[in-house]
Amino acid sequence: MDLNMDLNAPHSMGTTIIGVTYNGGVVLGADSRTSTGMYVANRASDKITQLTDNVYVCRSGSAADSQLVSDYVRYFLHQHTIQLGQPATVKVAANLIRLLSYNNKNMLETGLIVGGWDKYEGGKIYGIPLGGTLIEQPFAIGGSGSSYLYGFFDQAWKEGMTKDEAEQLVVKAVSLAIARDGASGGVVRTVVINSEGVTRNFYPGDKLQLWHEELEPQNSLLDILSSPSPEPMNI
Amino acid sequence: MASKQPENSLLGPEADSQRTLYPNVTGTSVVALKYKDGILMAADMGGSYGSTLRYKNVERMKAIGKHSLLGASGEISDFQEILRYLDDLILYDNMWDDGNSLGPKEVHNYLTRLMYNRRNKFNPLWNSLVLGGIKNGEKYLGTVSMIGVNFEDDHVATGFGNHLARPILRQEWHENLSFEDGVRLLEKCMRVLLYRDRSAINKLQIAKITEEGMTISQPYSLKTYWEFSAFENPTQGAVGSW
Repeated sequence: MDLNMDLNAPHSMGTTIIGVTYNGGVVLGADSRTSTGMYVANRASDKITQLTDNVYVCRSGSAADSQLVSDYVRYFLHQHTIQLGQPATVKVAANLIRLLSYNNKNMLETGLIVGGWDKYEGGKIYGIPLGGTLIEQPFAIGGSGSSYLYGFFDQAWKEGMTKDEAEQLVVKAVSLAIARDGASGGVVRTVVINSEGVTRNFYPGDKLQLWHEELEPQNSLLDILSSPSPEPMNI
Repeated sequence: MASKQPENSLLGPEADSQRTLYPNVTGTSVVALKYKDGILMAADMGGSYGSTLRYKNVERMKAIGKHSLLGASGEISDFQEILRYLDDLILYDNMWDDGNSLGPKEVHNYLTRLMYNRRNKFNPLWNSLVLGGIKNGEKYLGTVSMIGVNFEDDHVATGFGNHLARPILRQEWHENLSFEDGVRLLEKCMRVLLYRDRSAINKLQIAKITEEGMTISQPYSLKTYWEFSAFENPTQGAVGSW
């Protein structure tokens, strides 16, 4: 581990996480790989964690740090909801995450994307990167895989998408990041949150579109070999 | 066996309570000048994450109370925290309900104490601040750095702005600039910063504070010039050079 940190190189974080607003709500997406060094400790993790009925958070960076932060915030939000008498807003959830991230900035290594729906502001996405800056965005990307998506989103993102367009965009993006980022992999999980509620979706690796230099998965070489030879020319 | 400590362990000198070691999400230069009716301040809307230009919609200038305008460069999360401190300060001032209100001089002094005291605890707020305002006809423009260095002047800048913008301002600033001249002068500085500062982005805002109040422009972009003949084929006479 390099102790002499180049001030221009932030910690790289295993994972690809995305949060996107659409016309009516938000779509959160993530890959499912948790790695310890070069080994994949969990190939089917769930990085999209519930905070309340209407607010979820995408976690990246240290698994332990992100789990603890979201556990604390879930606990505080639960109490807050009881006191308030109605569902917590996305803004409050995001600010609680910010408080923990900012006040413990020297000890934590986690970048989070908070997304949800409330009756006051509708669908909202808040990014909380390393350091505890809180920034509201129409869409947010995070984790080491996000490096490969800045150009993609600059081109593909547009305001006012439908739910299906937004979800397809998220799935495509996570899939592209998985193709190039060694620290991202596995399945694509998405969570759609709107006024009607929450829907979880699951896109296994073999159901995703193939990208450059990727081949159609086969059961065995033998299947390819035993396929019938093409007919010789009939002259 | 080598004992390597990650910088976030609880053992060793880095462990004592809190000390900011390095910034994560940063804003670049802020440039400001005094003009006829008050203060003009400019800053781009970028939030850099190391060398990545990650956030492109960050407002780095905010109104403080009725009379002041604060611009910040450096760590954005620390700037957000400073805004919270100032919220409390202004609220407390308003609660007195005595017809008096904190002016730019007072806010600048508060910020100086804040930054210097944090520096003394080896836990700085990683920002360079520009505080401008006008109260009872008196214009004020000051700056505070993360180590507590503070001063006031007719024109100030942070970061790269000190090296690129100040020399321009020293040549071309004069007392009683009109609004148009002030804006053009700031834009001249911001254009140079755009050419020469790697962390600058082409999306900026200009804020104005006068006795009437504070306004901040919509985000906009500056045209840049690349049509110098020398730019077209620079290596023609010296192949392989740059």
